[in-house]
Amino acid sequence: MNVLEVDDLKKHYPIHAGMLRREVGRVRAVDGVSFSIAAGETLALVGESGCGKTTVSRCILRALSPTSGAIRFDAGDGTVDLARLSKRAMRPLRRHLQMIFQDPYSSLNPRMMVGDIIAEPLKVNGVPAAERSARVLELLDLVQMPAVARTRFPHAFSGGQRQRIGIARALALNPRLVVADEPVSALDVSVQAQIINLLLDLQDRLKLSMLFVAHDLSVVRHVSDRVAVMYVGRIVEIAPTDALYRNPRHPYTETLLAAVPAPDPLRRGRQMKATGEVADPARPPPGCAFHPRCPYAQDRCRTERPELTEVAPGRWTSCHRAREIELAGVA
Amino acid sequence: MAERTSLAVRDLAVHFAMEQGTVRALEGVSFDLHAGRTLGIVGESGCGKSVTARSILRILDRPGKIVGGSILLDPGTAEETDLIAIDPDSSRMRGIRGGRIGLIFQEPMTALSVHYTVGNQIIEAVRQPADLSKAAARDRAIELLREVGIPRPELRVDAYPFQLSGGLRQRVGIAMALAGNPDIVIADEPTTALDVTTQAQVLDLLRRLQQEKNIALMLITHDMGVIAEMCDEVAVMYLGRVVEYAPVLELFTAPRHPYTRALLRAVPSILATPRQRLATIGGAVPHPGARPQGCAFHPRCTDFMPGRCDAAAPPPLTAGCTGASCFLEVPA
Repeated sequence: MNVLEVDDLKKHYPIHAGMLRREVGRVRAVDGVSFSIAAGETLALVGESGCGKTTVSRCILRALSPTSGAIRFDAGDGTVDLARLSKRAMRPLRRHLQMIFQDPYSSLNPRMMVGDIIAEPLKVNGVPAAERSARVLELLDLVQMPAVARTRFPHAFSGGQRQRIGIARALALNPRLVVADEPVSALDVSVQAQIINLLLDLQDRLKLSMLFVAHDLSVVRHVSDRVAVMYVGRIVEIAPTDALYRNPRHPYTETLLAAVPAPDPLRRGRQMKATGEVADPARPPPGCAFHPRCPYAQDRCRTERPELTEVAPGRWTSCHRAREIELAGVA
Repeated sequence: MAERTSLAVRDLAVHFAMEQGTVRALEGVSFDLHAGRTLGIVGESGCGKSVTARSILRILDRPGKIVGGSILLDPGTAEETDLIAIDPDSSRMRGIRGGRIGLIFQEPMTALSVHYTVGNQIIEAVRQPADLSKAAARDRAIELLREVGIPRPELRVDAYPFQLSGGLRQRVGIAMALAGNPDIVIADEPTTALDVTTQAQVLDLLRRLQQEKNIALMLITHDMGVIAEMCDEVAVMYLGRVVEYAPVLELFTAPRHPYTRALLRAVPSILATPRQRLATIGGAVPHPGARPQGCAFHPRCTDFMPGRCDAAAPPPLTAGCTGASCFLEVPA
């Protein structure tokens, strides 16, 4: 049972030029992305800056209107295509679709008490006041914050505690899908570990379905069930987490994994696989967008764009040479 | 360690006089930088990593003030100079800043002016210490850009910073740091703003340049992966003090301070098993203005000894000596 099915999602930004502001090109920020999230599953969307991962999440939340494609969402009483809904039609669905933000300092209203911040989504959705305060206490307990926190203001709390408050707010209405965009990347290591553990606990206890957008491959290995790797607006590989890290099937995934410095001096001196820089989504290279940086590229890769295909059960990759090359993972 | 000691920091203390009281940002910090070696400074926010760097360069923001200690350039030689004794605005200090000591910032955009081409800015930097003609300085700038791996440097020299990607900008930042031929380079979170594949390239570049030029590198980071990858020795800081100093392998295999041990267990790993939970450190780093009595880590420490750790601070570390500033290391 899937909570979310994204099908050939595109988000293009036209580039205008000249006196008549004619469209002369397009930035293909998201260019044909498909994936699904099963009930109770956490899917991580990873990639480097500009790859389109945040644009995908913003399309799902309808902070952006997609150019084309479908975003089928199971709202509990039937499936709706979020891509086609108007702002007004989105409104009743928002309670099922909540967000955890990156920056715990700017995402909480400094003039509201913590209890009111957490109760806000309940209030908007017509939960009576008496029920609201009971639910706030329950939520504070869920994110391991003391009950007295509800009468204090955000500034009284550390970054980690504010992130807990943000999580409590996101969970207030028992959403069917939580979109977390870099939820731990602004935190110190010791606090980051606490929030990662909290997310793991919440996934277990509440059977959360989550889209986890992140650039940190180490964090992703801890918290996600499956991983989708994006490069220049497209998904290049999707696989169950452990399989993807141990045995990547796309050269870009191999490159990403090799680039992460492991916290172990005995593993020093990893091989740098890719040279060059991420391609410009306004002028993506022909063929496979990764080919200018790919150590395995052949003539075909320079002209013909590979499609995302299933190479083993549950393992999808878009590489012409997926079946012939041997790639290194991290054990 | 036969390498020449380029810089010796001794008992450095920095205070910030705030309305709410004095914040002791650094207390009794000591370490050495050696030619051809990399010292990593690691710690969470507020530990004093950046204040240490800014103190050495004498670019501490108000109301920060060095209140004690010494920062010795060429210690033990006839040329020994205490940077604290020099007026930070003097031409002598400016000469040291762009000359002997180079600085690499986290976000190169803050180091680069948006109004000038990268060439203009590097030319400025190379002309300051050396007395080069404008044409010679331009050639030197192009040469520097080539050295840091910027493709087509003779074109890029006329680019403005906003026309370059983050990775190229950081390479320009490194080129500027190298403009005065420094023998000491301080890199403050040089790859934190970069993507992971770019980070790997920039770290490789830093390592190559350091070895070629026998630079004493001080690498400030919060990332244990970067420490493991790059450093020879490591100083772990917590709330303004060095709590542990060790060769890198020792630090990772046999950490001695409870904070280091906890920090290493709390780091998410690319080698994790599915749904692996992390060991956590209780609480959060206190505000530097609300420094706990005794050992500043004691409220979060699993080895806390009441009456001892909360009574007095453990003895500070001697520069260059492996160890932990912790009462576990001191017989009762």
